Amino acid sequence: MSAIPGPHRALTASFKRELLVAARARSEFFNPLIFFLSITMFVPLGIAPDAQTLAPIAPGMIWIIALLSVLLSLDRVFQSDFEDGSLEQMVLSGQSLYWIVIAKSLAHWVLTGLPLALLSPILGVMMALPGEGYVALVVSLLFGTGSLCFIGAIGSALTVALRRGGLLLSLIIIPLYVPVLILGSSSVQTAVLGEPYLGQVALLAAIWLLSLMIAPFAAAGSIKISLGT
Amino acid sequence: MNRIEIEQVAFERDDVNLFEDVSATWHQGEIVQLAGKNGCGKTTLMRCIAGIHQPSAGKISWNGHNVSSFDFRSTLLYLGHQVGIKLLMTPMENLLWYFGINGTKSSEESSIPLSRETLLAALTKVGLAAFADVPCFQLSAGQVRRAALARLYCSYAEVWLLDEPFTAIDIAGVEALKGVMEAHAGTGGVIIFTSHQLWDSEAIRVLDLEAYRPKAQDIAL
Amino acid sequence: MPWLALVGIVLFLVGAIWGLGFAPADSKQGNSYRIIFLHVPASFLAMAGYYVMAICGAVGLIWRMKISFMMMKSAAPIGAVLTFISLVTGSIWGKPTWGTWWEWDARITFMLILFFLYLGVWALQTSYQDRDAADKTSAILALVGTVNIPIIYKSVDWWYSLHQPATLKLTGPSSIDASMAYPLIVMIVAFYVLYTWMLLDRTRIEILERERKSRWVQAIFGQ
Repeated sequence: MSAIPGPHRALTASFKRELLVAARARSEFFNPLIFFLSITMFVPLGIAPDAQTLAPIAPGMIWIIALLSVLLSLDRVFQSDFEDGSLEQMVLSGQSLYWIVIAKSLAHWVLTGLPLALLSPILGVMMALPGEGYVALVVSLLFGTGSLCFIGAIGSALTVALRRGGLLLSLIIIPLYVPVLILGSSSVQTAVLGEPYLGQVALLAAIWLLSLMIAPFAAAGSIKISLGT
Repeated sequence: MNRIEIEQVAFERDDVNLFEDVSATWHQGEIVQLAGKNGCGKTTLMRCIAGIHQPSAGKISWNGHNVSSFDFRSTLLYLGHQVGIKLLMTPMENLLWYFGINGTKSSEESSIPLSRETLLAALTKVGLAAFADVPCFQLSAGQVRRAALARLYCSYAEVWLLDEPFTAIDIAGVEALKGVMEAHAGTGGVIIFTSHQLWDSEAIRVLDLEAYRPKAQDIAL
Repeated sequence: MPWLALVGIVLFLVGAIWGLGFAPADSKQGNSYRIIFLHVPASFLAMAGYYVMAICGAVGLIWRMKISFMMMKSAAPIGAVLTFISLVTGSIWGKPTWGTWWEWDARITFMLILFFLYLGVWALQTSYQDRDAADKTSAILALVGTVNIPIIYKSVDWWYSLHQPATLKLTGPSSIDASMAYPLIVMIVAFYVLYTWMLLDRTRIEILERERKSRWVQAIFGQ
């Protein structure tokens, strides 16, 4: 029997490739971030520009917009690999698809969730978020978007064989995002009130771990089914 | 002795069998051509052998192991219709990724990362030495397929499944490819490929899928 | 299975007439509470139905049983409709009780999310041309949903406790009088029986649909 590279090598090779592709297709990297920043403009325009109105809704609004940005970037996670035949090469390589899905989801997070979390203080300023909320905002988004990427990978894998799966993907994933949204936005709200918010962040971290363990299995299973169509 | 066994395999699409009762045994050292008209199920049978599709009846095995098992995949090189080349990356980067997850699939050494030199030598053999660091979207369709064929020169996988390997390849390239395939069979590999081109050679075994079309019109349960 | 439908309809009529006509009016809510005879059984079945669907999906994935997938496919629309009935009746009940058609109460919100979970499974099931892929992908989604349901339920519950306005607390089912509880139990049993009948009937239709080219189906229809 032959040996194939260990999971860590497969993971790094896949991860590097994702970053390389993103570096070549920069617009795909920047689009969710620009979306994140530009949609924020709608909130004062659509509601009211004064700080008294914006401050109380800022945590929830920033969280909703971050969630939508991740959601919009999900459909490309497996799509292009499916179209050019790379996905079947991954399945037939003999590697456990679990690690490859983790590599792809992690890369997706590095390319969307991480920059979103780092950019979020700018949005906080624009939305008159009180000073106490910033640390909670960044930390909750770091863990929260991690879960969103892993859970989203399931939706992306389930709809990969469908030509126009984008809207369907959102439809099936939105209910699964509810706990992350609730915990994320409430951690910021709690922090603004000056109360301890560590509990929510701990729960977000727990969800992140749980999705890290379970979601790649479901996504890997879905990919194998999608290839069989 | 390494062997692929196909036992009474059928594949059903939209309630109708595409082919049925396909049986064959292929041993190491053999080159097998799956032949037949368009739409007779060559690619589908190929994907069944690769373990991507599940046949609706019968079974396919490699030395007695299921073809979706690790035993088979760790010795398999599969080239599909879509060859798995990322157009945004260069041929070199594509090969680095491919061997990063596949390794050489050699049975002797545990997969050592392939050096750039080895990969460049393979790219030279497929005529892409000058294009090793050019993004694939700037290459022609034939060159992109050649970039994928470069894998054949570095891999020690025992089983090669090549779906339409001669597509978009020029005459000289086809001859070179046939040479590699014969050399691989000569060292004890098994090659299964699909093509409607004829390859006049004594060494080739042909499985004509036309012979396995469903006999009866209505399909009983 | 016509006898199952018959039993279900009889129980439904008994429960409905008993609950709507003969059970006493509630001291606080008057006659408006009577909608619970529809609302509570529908909510029960909406929840149980999701697990029926997910278990069918799991059985199908593990033992590759086609009939199980067919049952799962049938369970999705029934569950979605039941969840919808639960939401509508809850909203109608809310008008006289809370004074609004819609209240972001924990249970209502959870039901709404459950409704979307059902719609997701249903939508995924119908968007694949390939039947096998449709069955398996929607089964995976149903299973992922099952893992999530307790987390969603807990988080919504916790979210509501954070934002809970001082509205009146509903009387729990345990505190209702026996004269109201008996017709309610009859209605719940009626809904279970009707659910089973609908599920089996839809599955039967699904089997005939899928096997329409086979001899035994054509023999039934004398073609």
